[in-house]
Amino acid sequence: MYVELQNINKAFGDVHAARNVGFGIVRGVLAALLGPSGSGKTTILRMIAGLERPDSGDIFIDGARVNDVDPGRRGIGFVFQNYALFRYMTVFDNIAFGLIVQKEPAETVRSRVFELLALIGMEGMEKRYPAQLSGGQKQRVAFARALAPNPKLLLLDEPFAAIDAKVRKELRVWLRDMIHRLDVTGIFVTHDQEDAVETADEIIVTNNGRIEQKGSPQMLYKAPATPFVTSFIGNSAPLENYKRLKGFENGSGAATGVVRPEFVKIYPAVDGITYENSVEDAVVEDTAFRGTHWEVTLKIKNMTLPARYSLEKAPIAAGDRVKAFVYRLYAFDGDNVTLLENRNLDTHNGANRYSI
Amino acid sequence: MRKEVWIPCLLIAVSVLFVGVMLVLPLVVVLTEAFSSGLNAFLRAVTDPYTIKAMRLTLTATVAAVLINTLFGLTAAWAVTRFSFRGKGILSTLIDIPFAVSPVIAGLVFILIFGRISPLHPFLDALDIKIVFAEPGIILATVFVTFPFVARELIPMLEARGTDEEQAAALMGAGFVTIFRRVTFPHIRWALLYSVILCAARAIGEFGAVSVVSGHLRGKTNTLPLHVEILYSEYQFTAAFAVSAILAAAAVLILTARNIVEHLAHKEDDFNVR
Repeated sequence: MYVELQNINKAFGDVHAARNVGFGIVRGVLAALLGPSGSGKTTILRMIAGLERPDSGDIFIDGARVNDVDPGRRGIGFVFQNYALFRYMTVFDNIAFGLIVQKEPAETVRSRVFELLALIGMEGMEKRYPAQLSGGQKQRVAFARALAPNPKLLLLDEPFAAIDAKVRKELRVWLRDMIHRLDVTGIFVTHDQEDAVETADEIIVTNNGRIEQKGSPQMLYKAPATPFVTSFIGNSAPLENYKRLKGFENGSGAATGVVRPEFVKIYPAVDGITYENSVEDAVVEDTAFRGTHWEVTLKIKNMTLPARYSLEKAPIAAGDRVKAFVYRLYAFDGDNVTLLENRNLDTHNGANRYSI
Repeated sequence: MRKEVWIPCLLIAVSVLFVGVMLVLPLVVVLTEAFSSGLNAFLRAVTDPYTIKAMRLTLTATVAAVLINTLFGLTAAWAVTRFSFRGKGILSTLIDIPFAVSPVIAGLVFILIFGRISPLHPFLDALDIKIVFAEPGIILATVFVTFPFVARELIPMLEARGTDEEQAAALMGAGFVTIFRRVTFPHIRWALLYSVILCAARAIGEFGAVSVVSGHLRGKTNTLPLHVEILYSEYQFTAAFAVSAILAAAAVLILTARNIVEHLAHKEDDFNVR
């Protein structure tokens, strides 16, 4: 593990920002700390950087315990949420700052700064001041400034929060490529699951000062470990009593859970269905056009379920009566989550193989 | 006339009238009185050895107050905005005491601490240190009265800006001196200069606290404002107004300097909006 946290606790007064937090990140990986605001993710990042001190627990970077090492000596590059560029310095001086502090010779500083300017695609802008840059450009300068002294670990606090949607998408791709190309380890904090899922190799989900789950985006999506992760990652809607749904009558426990839209298939009334027993009668409550598909809200036995519906199929509208089949859902039992498959799945698929 | 036009006209007229009667008129009176017995009388009063000595003492006290309070103001502002510690709120409030307390009381306090009735007095006497009724007392009183100027100007400024830039610099391994010189100072330089100017203005004109600790020893512990009072009470009106004219000139100079600083700071702020 390149970065490792063990049993970290941190409280601000009554607020527990970190409770027994422990995780490790392998060298060269870009990890995301994902959680709602107030979940402790930024505090964890700042503790790794040394901007906050944990109340207890150990932090290791590259095998060495760094709890008592000054932030400036941890070999970390840090990108602040609002970039914190030195506003009274030019782009050149901003990027050069870390190198000058380390007393690099002027020629080295110059060539390194121009190398980084080329890397961030901002050649010719070295004489500008931060106030003359767009949000995306500031972000890149902050990135270059953090990278200039060749840190082995790059920490980013909400790197995409202040950037508009279009530039944001570009920056995500750019950041991931950069991290992998430069062979640094990266950790970024975000409250936006799309940021995390599209950018990170690994996601650490935080909630209430605890780590809920750590894993690849696919794993978090397919095998969420806790009810929180299940609801937080991906789209989902809560179910009060899934036992009322056909094919799930045998579930145990409290029978609460969530269902994702992609788990629900809609058959419009015009389509013929074989094995009618497996499908539910549903009423379309609402439809929303999403460019590539319809997002549909269904009412089934007084429960609200989300669903996706192909643009290619017969159009449906609010108030329509349709049939719906629920492939699977996540059932909650205390803090555990189980993926329940519809009991009739095989029969249903076999019978309706041509209508999919 | 419509109501919307009336109100600004009225407000402007009242302001102008007020400024004219309360501020411009006295200034004009000071100048006309100063020169009422001719230029020679004015020059004689201004170049009088006691006046020169008073001027020198005022200058010394002002420079001392500016230096000490700049140092203190920077330290306090940095401490209050960059660290969290027990009693921070109390410290921040205590800084304001000189604004709230009458200068006369400040003067009396120094007499109680360093004067004849103080338990410290025998020690000071044995070491032959004179504070009250001597230059150190004047300087102390001036420093006390102008104490909050720099800190009060810098604290809100540093608070509003946050600590991110300093943290970014520290994370790159910069030491305290580098961070202050290259990151913090460029940000506060205009505010600092501005507060130094206000501090100097207050120091030059200070009367109450200085009056109490001075003892009015002409040529020894007289500052310019005290000198004016002495001249006036001796019915030397022309001389009194001539010395006042020096203080008025200093005030005009300071105001000009302040406006220039304000203008320059504004220009830079417009540039560094974000």
